[in-house]
Amino acid sequence: MTTPPPAVEMRGITKRFGSLVANDRVDFTLDRGQIHALLGENGAGKTTLMRILYGLYHADAGDISVGGQSAVIRSPRDAIALRIGMVTQHFALVPPLTVTENVVLGHNQGVRLKLEDAHRRVSEAAERYGVDVQPRALVKDLSVGERQRVEILKALYRDARVLILDEPTAVLVPQEVEQLFDALRRLRDDGLSVVFISHKLREVMSITDRVTVLRGGQLAGSVQTSETTPAEMARMMVGRTTFGMPSLDEASSTQPAARAVLRLDGVTAVDNKGLPALKGITLDVYGGEIMGLAGVSGNGQSELAQVLEGTRLCTTGTITVAGQDVSGADPDRIMKAGVGRIPEDRHASVVPEMTVAQNMALEHLGEYTSNGSLNRRQMRAHAEKLIAEYQIKARPDDRIRTLSGGNMQKVILARVMERNPKVIIVSQPTRGLDIGATEYVRSRLLEQRQRGAAILLISEDLDEILELSDRVAVIYEGEIQGILPRTEADPERLGLLMAGAKDSPQWA
Amino acid sequence: MNDLLSTTFLVGLIAATLRVATPLVFGTVGEVITERAGILNLGIEGIMFLGAFVGFAAAAKAEAAGMAGYLWIGLGAATVSGLLMALLMGLLTVTLGLNQHVSGLGITLLATALSLFGFRLVFGESSVLPSIDPFPQLTPFGDAPVIGPIFTQYLLTFVAFLVVVPVGWWLLYRTNFGLNLRSVGENPEAADAAGINVFRTRYLALAIGAALMASGGAFLSLASLGAFSPGIIAGRGWVCIALVIFARWDPVRGMLGALLFGGVFALQLRLQTLGFALPYEVLLALPYLVTIAALAIAGRNVAYPGAYLKPYRRE
Repeated sequence: MTTPPPAVEMRGITKRFGSLVANDRVDFTLDRGQIHALLGENGAGKTTLMRILYGLYHADAGDISVGGQSAVIRSPRDAIALRIGMVTQHFALVPPLTVTENVVLGHNQGVRLKLEDAHRRVSEAAERYGVDVQPRALVKDLSVGERQRVEILKALYRDARVLILDEPTAVLVPQEVEQLFDALRRLRDDGLSVVFISHKLREVMSITDRVTVLRGGQLAGSVQTSETTPAEMARMMVGRTTFGMPSLDEASSTQPAARAVLRLDGVTAVDNKGLPALKGITLDVYGGEIMGLAGVSGNGQSELAQVLEGTRLCTTGTITVAGQDVSGADPDRIMKAGVGRIPEDRHASVVPEMTVAQNMALEHLGEYTSNGSLNRRQMRAHAEKLIAEYQIKARPDDRIRTLSGGNMQKVILARVMERNPKVIIVSQPTRGLDIGATEYVRSRLLEQRQRGAAILLISEDLDEILELSDRVAVIYEGEIQGILPRTEADPERLGLLMAGAKDSPQWA
Repeated sequence: MNDLLSTTFLVGLIAATLRVATPLVFGTVGEVITERAGILNLGIEGIMFLGAFVGFAAAAKAEAAGMAGYLWIGLGAATVSGLLMALLMGLLTVTLGLNQHVSGLGITLLATALSLFGFRLVFGESSVLPSIDPFPQLTPFGDAPVIGPIFTQYLLTFVAFLVVVPVGWWLLYRTNFGLNLRSVGENPEAADAAGINVFRTRYLALAIGAALMASGGAFLSLASLGAFSPGIIAGRGWVCIALVIFARWDPVRGMLGALLFGGVFALQLRLQTLGFALPYEVLLALPYLVTIAALAIAGRNVAYPGAYLKPYRRE
């Protein structure tokens, strides 16, 4: 009996970006009817490898064969012709168009756009693959989970036999993850091969048949999922036996202050389109506690952070910091009231072309000014002190845009924490950071909690919320859906709240 | 005031509105198609000017050579000049990914200067403005009352309203090319991932758009004036840019915007001749003021194409 050739075989793939080697002689074999995890830290080269397979990048060296045939993939068009489909992390959808238009896009022949035919064919395909979507809905009106289904449907509509999913669960609530996994299992049973890019061990264990691990652009190992353990995979990912991610369990408990340091009472705000984004948020955060704010992105988290930073006006309600009313105050007054902020987009919270020292002094320039001119020596000394204290790999005169994400985040942390703020508003603090930097950021946050700061941690990473928070609040469509103490917060309960209680969307 | 309400006055006003709106319809639909692909073509003013000049120069030479179809030769030459400018704009903004504002303004400066220079080369410096025998007006309804004079118009006016607008709309919304074009303008990454050639689509949008713009310019020199002068376009290209936003990137709304501008323009011309009590400078400014007002009202919170002004690069 001859074994059929693998669905995809990649041999010796090398890809350089300037001096960075993103993939270094990587081998990857995907069998038919297999769900195959591509596991690794951020920057390990997982996405690069798959973008090469999908024709979005071109390998500098290496061979690809698809279904046993040697293949040259110059563009997604070639990949689609080889029946390879990819769902990227940033969905490749056109929001103002309908689901049908998105699905048939690039796959439409002839001059006339036959919309009625297309609607019919798309709903047939949706039914056949058990993907629940409305063909005539506009993509911009869909939830993230629904958009992901449109993406998958798009690939299937093009007869994909190999489906690449890049971190598909990052944007989903736990219930949606289960629905996705059910659908993937069904597709696998139909003979499809799925590449599942992830850095979440739990998910890899539960859904995949085989795991290939990348580390620093190189192949770290490839094993059957049933023959490995999370610990072994973690070791392959980071290249050391154990790694202790700091979590609340290890930090000694603190006694929360009796009075709330940060109080929000009926806070409302509108989004950029003038639609209500926050609908009466009432929330107390005590000193010495981390309050996690969980929610699917786009439910008002960004607007809440902006209101608390003073960059968005709260239309009604009051915000008090240590008894001082700061509703409607500008960012400077809020900072002076004792609020430190570590915003979601770290590139937007520094001035990229300015130096590390300048960025560190930026929020309090008054303190470095004498007779109207800046004291550069004092700024430099200040920067050197913080660089040593926070182990930042940079010099005071480096332009901050040249720093890695982790080091940039350390600069922002240092800038906030050196002032011992009473309240810290922190959004997505570890997004895009590697394990080492993540560990560092988390331990610094726990240190601040220990010191007695009231911390509001806004994160889309449920694991992070669960590991760090004393209490977890869930935001859904601009309202606090519920607040759970740490002991009662498990992914399932949070997931229900994040999905607006029982109304979770369905995979048919 | 009786003059204002007489049938003759209104019929004349409507007929003039259609005439004035014609080049704006060409320009606006051309710009709508270009911007829907994600490119702001500020070269429009210069391309219309170049179209007016090249059309006129080619027609004048062909007429002098005794060719019967000289006007069509002129129109064809104008279209080709527009395509060449589209190619240059594409090279700058699509292939090289340069700033669209600067590239477009550069095209306008270049095309304007080329036209003026070309005019001197071709016609020298004569005291009499050269002219040609222009396109005749068509009279599909003959001498019938009201509709007769209203529809006594140039062929290109009929083309603008009966071909350019509906075909532009059909192209955008009812063809596969239009779907590709709109997605390239909204999310080129998505279009690329779907296997659409983003560069080619943008070049094509620029080409169609610039061909229309140049034809709009040629309408002025080949039909309504039968001559070329430095003030022939007089900011009509910039008006089109405003009309595109007013139209929210829709050809049919673009036509309505062009009619609004054309109507006010035609009205103020008539008020001037009637010796209206306002200074004529105010009357002259009226169409532009109305455009600004219309834009201020209709252009608020509009959804620009998602990839507006953004060059596309694969990472």
